[in-house]
Amino acid sequence: MTPLAEMAPYLALILVGFLPNEVWRMLGLLVSRGIDENSELLVWVRAVATAVLAGVIAKVTLMPPGALAGVPLSVRVAAIVVAFVAFLSVRRSVFASVLAGEVALVAGALLFGP
Amino acid sequence: VNAFLAGLRAASTTVFTLVVIGTYIGIGALGHDYGFSLPWVMLANTLMWAAPAQVLAITALGSGAAAVEVAVTVGLSAARFLPMVVSLLPLVRVPGSRLRDLLLPAHLTAASTWVEGFRLMPPMPRESRIGFYNGLGVGLICWANVGSVIGFFLAASLPALLTACLLLLTPLSFLASTLRNSRLLSDRLALALGLVVGPLLATAEVGLDLMWTGLIAGSVAYGLHRLREALR
Repeated sequence: MTPLAEMAPYLALILVGFLPNEVWRMLGLLVSRGIDENSELLVWVRAVATAVLAGVIAKVTLMPPGALAGVPLSVRVAAIVVAFVAFLSVRRSVFASVLAGEVALVAGALLFGP
Repeated sequence: VNAFLAGLRAASTTVFTLVVIGTYIGIGALGHDYGFSLPWVMLANTLMWAAPAQVLAITALGSGAAAVEVAVTVGLSAARFLPMVVSLLPLVRVPGSRLRDLLLPAHLTAASTWVEGFRLMPPMPRESRIGFYNGLGVGLICWANVGSVIGFFLAASLPALLTACLLLLTPLSFLASTLRNSRLLSDRLALALGLVVGPLLATAEVGLDLMWTGLIAGSVAYGLHRLREALR
């Protein structure tokens, strides 16, 4: 392989992976200047960030990538619901919640899977 | 230096240690399956540090999508970092902080560091927060690299159901940790509304759906929070 061909994937990583990803963090760095920790504006920004995370949760569950798409929709949604219930019932534990969701996914996939 | 070490230690003892390792086992396996080298995958972990965007980049580049298209999809998925960085930096900044002191904390910000930062840093003295946060982020990226080495070499032997479990780690950990960190009504409402608005916009094939989800659900949640404060 020529040196250029070897470098091509790395060039692609920088140009279409790293840069379009990093630009948002750097914008955030510039925007955050002069904003106080206790400012009311930050309550709104936090709400926006939280809602985006909620959007990611919903999107991965309903329109899943790769092997997760092989698990029926009802099982994926049930796993999220089980995780939510486990969080509330087991001392607000993140670990218990994630574990319960995974167990529900495996059980559901084995019972109702193709 | 001590704060940095404390951050490294925190990076190895949270639920996110396991979540990050698991998620990146999946990414290492995916990179292997799409024909990328291990150094490429590890460099992507370190430079991008964004699991959903990395999955997009690997599958799109690996299947020969146009470069511009890949850049746009990655860029859209990463828009969440803007509000995260804007809300996190005021927490770590001290009056004398220079812009370049904040470059690394900004780069290390991802869902896991953001959530853990907001959970662990408020009781800490302000001067030690940047060091702690850098340790936390660097530590978690190291675990991500460990995960992708494991995934890269196990790729062929990973059963489909296990890969499905690894992919579900992202939404499960986001859900539980946002629930735990939601103290204000606005945060809880934003989570609930985002879960509803997100799928609606995505099915309607609205462009920039995640960004609009954030702005719409986040602003409505904030508005209701203000309304309740005003009525008290």
